[in-house]
Amino acid sequence: MNDAPPNDAPAAGDNLPPPGRVTLIQIFSAFLLIGATSVGGGVVAYLRSSLVVKHRWIDDPTFVQMLSISQTLPGLNATNMAILVGDRLRGVPGALVAIVAICLPGGLIMFQVGMAYGLHSEKPFVTAMFQGIAAAAVGLVLAVTVQLGQKSLKYRDDLIFVALTVIGVNVFHLSVLYVLLGVGAFAVWWRRPRPDQKEPLL
Amino acid sequence: MNPQLLELIAVFGYLSLLTVGGGMAAFPELKTLTVDVHHWVTAQELIHFYSVGQMAPGPNMMMVTAIGERVAGVLGALVVVIAFFMPTGLITFGVGRLWVKLEGWPWRDAIQHGLAPVSVGLILAGSISMAKEVLADGLAIAIAAAVLGLLLRTRINPALLILCGALIGAIAFVCR
Repeated sequence: MNDAPPNDAPAAGDNLPPPGRVTLIQIFSAFLLIGATSVGGGVVAYLRSSLVVKHRWIDDPTFVQMLSISQTLPGLNATNMAILVGDRLRGVPGALVAIVAICLPGGLIMFQVGMAYGLHSEKPFVTAMFQGIAAAAVGLVLAVTVQLGQKSLKYRDDLIFVALTVIGVNVFHLSVLYVLLGVGAFAVWWRRPRPDQKEPLL
Repeated sequence: MNPQLLELIAVFGYLSLLTVGGGMAAFPELKTLTVDVHHWVTAQELIHFYSVGQMAPGPNMMMVTAIGERVAGVLGALVVVIAFFMPTGLITFGVGRLWVKLEGWPWRDAIQHGLAPVSVGLILAGSISMAKEVLADGLAIAIAAAVLGLLLRTRINPALLILCGALIGAIAFVCR
């Protein structure tokens, strides 16, 4: 996930189409293409190269701001971005078209997988293959976690909240909802607005 | 209406709200609800769907359609996707429009900075609970460690590595 802006990206306010000029069909095809080609995660990089670089529908500062909203709110980055960009370009219909298009290819594939799985899952050869896939996927989710941590943990005491969350879910087996609300509220309170007080950066 | 469809809507609508930081954040709850409470899939099926889903393009939780399919066919898949993406979709839509107006609001930064480590923690917790199910033998541990190392050191496509995992699993089966 390389989000560093190359030189061909438009600068702020540089010849972007005014809202309403992009058609729903254009939005649909752009997000369908992202939904069909973003294999192997890193959908953020695909979004940026399509929306910012290729189509010039939004500029980099807007993209970064939308991404930070997407990451803070519940929901996947890919679908949250689709809604924010779609809304920006064409309001409610734009947001709907964008989220449907980005989900469609992967959804159809996984639907097929669900059907095929029912037919073949009893075969030991298939199970053995799935065990290899699952082991590799564990490596992937751990790598994604490490990368997210490197990007979004800014303060030393952030580690306290990471630890509290993991202990709540994995040791005490509390519901994710309670951990999210409890530790989340504590962490937000910890970072509450205080006049001119800066935490030391890592 | 098939009562299972209502249960699917309730479960996936609820899970939707837990995906702070990514789909993996909801994984422990996803397992509890779909495997232990409703018995829609086995733990192994869930892990397999999730893992294969990492190779599919687009948002990395499209595997929810596979669960919906297993429970109630096409309608199940459709219902699950809508339930899983609508609640967070509406929140994002609303907050997205408000966000710029919240520019000077001091709590905006507090929420953003406060939730960042919690979302990392939730993703880590989800990864740990998945790892506990999957890493049962030396081969699985070796594959996971190799993939982790390669992804952190190189820019190789993760889908390719998962495909390699399938290949290694198949070879191990033939050699056994």
